[in-house]
Amino acid sequence: MGRKGLDYEDLNENVKKVQYAVRGELYLRASELQKEGKRIIFTNVGNPHALGQKPLTFPRQVVALCQAPFLLDDPNVGLIFPADAIARAKHYLAMAPGGLGAYSDSRGIPGVRKEVAEFIQRRDGYPSDPELIYLTDGASKGVMQMLNAIIRNDRDGILVPVPQYPLYSAAISLFGGSLVPYYLDEEANWGLDLVNTRQSVAAARSNGITVRAMVIINPGNPTGQCLSEANLREILNFCYQENLVLLADEVYQQNVYQDERPFISARKVLFDMGGPISREVQLISFHTVSKGYWGECGQRGGYFEMTNIPPKTVDEIYKVASIALSPNVPGQIFMGLMMNPPKPGDISYLKFATESKSILDSLRRRAQIMTDGFNSCRNVVCNFTEGAMYSFPQIRLPQRAMDTARSAGKEPDVFYCLKLLEATGISTVPGSGFGQKEGVFHLRTTILPAEEDMPAIMSSFKKFNDSFMEQYQDYSKL
Amino acid sequence: MASTVAVENLNPKVLKCEYAVRGEIVIHAQRLQQQLQTQPGSLPFDEILYCNIGNPQSLGQQPVTFFREVLALCDHPYLLQRDEIKSLFSADSISRAKQILALIPGKATGAYSHSQGIKGLRDTIAAGITSRDGFPANADDIFLTDGASPGVHLMMQLLIRNEKDGILVPIPQYPLYSASIALHGGALVPYYLNESTGWGLEISDVKKQLEDARSKGIDVRALVVINPGNPTGQVLAEENQYDIVKFCKNEGLVLLADEVYQENIYVDNKKFHSFKKIVRSLGYGEEDLPLVSYQSVSKGYYGECGKRGGYMEITGFSAPVREQIYKIASVNLCSNISGQILASLIMNPPKAGDESYASYKAEKDGIIASLTRRAKVRRSLEDAFNKLDGITCNEAEGAMYLFPQLSLPQKAIEAAKVANKAPDAFYALCLLESTGIVVVPGSGFGQVPGTWHFRCTILPQEEKIPAIISRFKVFHEAFMVEYHE
Repeated sequence: MGRKGLDYEDLNENVKKVQYAVRGELYLRASELQKEGKRIIFTNVGNPHALGQKPLTFPRQVVALCQAPFLLDDPNVGLIFPADAIARAKHYLAMAPGGLGAYSDSRGIPGVRKEVAEFIQRRDGYPSDPELIYLTDGASKGVMQMLNAIIRNDRDGILVPVPQYPLYSAAISLFGGSLVPYYLDEEANWGLDLVNTRQSVAAARSNGITVRAMVIINPGNPTGQCLSEANLREILNFCYQENLVLLADEVYQQNVYQDERPFISARKVLFDMGGPISREVQLISFHTVSKGYWGECGQRGGYFEMTNIPPKTVDEIYKVASIALSPNVPGQIFMGLMMNPPKPGDISYLKFATESKSILDSLRRRAQIMTDGFNSCRNVVCNFTEGAMYSFPQIRLPQRAMDTARSAGKEPDVFYCLKLLEATGISTVPGSGFGQKEGVFHLRTTILPAEEDMPAIMSSFKKFNDSFMEQYQDYSKL
Repeated sequence: MASTVAVENLNPKVLKCEYAVRGEIVIHAQRLQQQLQTQPGSLPFDEILYCNIGNPQSLGQQPVTFFREVLALCDHPYLLQRDEIKSLFSADSISRAKQILALIPGKATGAYSHSQGIKGLRDTIAAGITSRDGFPANADDIFLTDGASPGVHLMMQLLIRNEKDGILVPIPQYPLYSASIALHGGALVPYYLNESTGWGLEISDVKKQLEDARSKGIDVRALVVINPGNPTGQVLAEENQYDIVKFCKNEGLVLLADEVYQENIYVDNKKFHSFKKIVRSLGYGEEDLPLVSYQSVSKGYYGECGKRGGYMEITGFSAPVREQIYKIASVNLCSNISGQILASLIMNPPKAGDESYASYKAEKDGIIASLTRRAKVRRSLEDAFNKLDGITCNEAEGAMYLFPQLSLPQKAIEAAKVANKAPDAFYALCLLESTGIVVVPGSGFGQVPGTWHFRCTILPQEEKIPAIISRFKVFHEAFMVEYHE
């Protein structure tokens, strides 16, 4: 006689271990408050369109035409769609026999993968093979597939930056692997500290962990730092010496807000280095339509590119991809369009370039506004957001605040963020969701609220923060 | 330097899993297709005929216009501000798009939604389920996913703790189940459908398999049912469904009901009854039986495989378990929005009285008539198979496939062994190389040991069927002569 139903106790332990704070406690509380009628500003996830950023016009025109090809037969279609959007829709429909409604090749439409390869070649100056580019339903699915292929058991370790985007920690938990942290240096603008990284690897190995791969997020999430070319060389040398696969999350490559360190891909640096290292270091590079200035999160369009991966391994990765049959075709077309956007001379170019520039310039301004705003607050120190979409200020909580939090059964930064939410409606993610040094607290917010709303948001934050600090300041120490 | 990701260092569960639908035979077919392009005339056929995968729109089936109108307007909402669209789009597709956009915060179709999918769309789907079954459905029980498959993986992840956790799976089965169980490190506990009774299910057989597994120390957690069946096409009799539900309740199993072919039924004497309806008809409530029901936009008469739209409806799970399901769904943030919208459209299509109803109904009827003709195609393929010596073929009551049985002579089986292939894979490869027809060997789906089958879709265009039949006949008869005892 079997048990009744399915109990929590009977679930896969790895599932129970998974945490994903981006849509965890704070978000759920914010959603509750929203249902009760409170105005909430959701800054918990990098979701530009949810905060008013408009989609770029050209891709939406093209995909709408692909969605409803009967429009192309209508003599009036030219009244509301520009000729180049019409031509481009025909271009994608020709690549996709059966249109948007058929499963494509499990790796994605070959013609789109060719556009991705051509983009990579233009960006880096090195040829790229479409056969080694796999389109996925968002970059996250690709990350999960790769980590699942690598992790055999709990003695397989993956080097992950701290702080990190918690997809990595969640996936490692889910697949039963070991997270080997390497701490970014907050005092050095969240810079890479290879000494610390080497120590982490050594410590892991002495505990019987086989370190298999290293994750870099460049530009960083939540930290925003952009790796220099020297950094990337260091990392690639390190991976070569230590026999690690490099997983390069480059989804924010279009989001760079300073000029000292423009984006350089890990692949470009690898090939620049030449010699045996360029042929032997194994690299997986990830990209998406969700970020940049496109912000098309809801389309779930992404890809990964494999470099120096053995052919039999590629076959196994293909096999796993084939079980899912194919990534969604509209998302693939968005990727093709992002890789092969309107060019100067195209009818839609001016509008496309204007829309894109406007978004990027505004993001750059907002990165500054937010950094400055946080730095003007009591007990808050904030590194500049060099890239990506987030601000990750350090909140120096007084001891009394930490004690109050803990007696309420909460981590101090969770406590702070809940109070912030209740007072201001600003929904952030506590730093503990990303990892941080013991006893050092942060929160992650996005730089995505509309520019005109920023001053009010920052002043609302400052008002809450400064009065919180006043409330919990331990005056007996003064 | 030894490669850290050389195949010998990969996760053994990845190495173990298999998925024949796009496996070796298909990869070989793609190579041959390229050869036809670069060296025309170099093979004994002019074209590759893909009969391996249920992908209707790749073989000429047209999408439903109303659905595509709504989706296009949601893709580019700016269109709704232009008067010109009145001459391009039906009036109710315009109003439906407006209604859907109003359900989406900020009308932003490019934003990540709630991790279960947009609430208003889940309300629509719940209403559609209620209307279909006559029992209420709840939006909070619905998780929209990128196709139905991710929902299957999610439940396997949840249920399988180690290699001693077993999942009861029909044999033959759609190999997502075997692949998913292998990937998550569990044990597949087979229950054999009975080919001699039209792929019928005997609950006593299932019980025997369950007890056998338990005696070997396997903790059997769930039962998978595919209804209508894939690859077998049978539609379960209602009594069977009651038996299955009671069995799961008595044995404490989670019931995983794959119902993606619910709108593909070709016989008048069978109807689709959802397992949710069956469970509720028995008077079982939330406390009684955990059930996951899967539906997809890929099949039916809509056939929108490339959109990756689908959902699972979860009922009978405790709050802590539901939280875990939500948590895992949230790591991926959400499924694609366009697919979510489409899932809501198929569960709430135009109704009598709506402006688009007449044209929608004409299209739907046309597609169903085409599928029914393909069902006759199925019939003519079925008849053709049954007429050949050494092949028998059950009727496919539903879904999109035929699954004939091959009686392979011993010599063929030996030749297969020499070629290091399963006998039906060997047969399928020979078929491909002689005729260009791509089928999937039965060993990819599971079968009673010592029996051989292949799966062939009923989707090729009607005008190609006579050629397929005649080429197949020539091949098969030659094969049987060559390997004659």
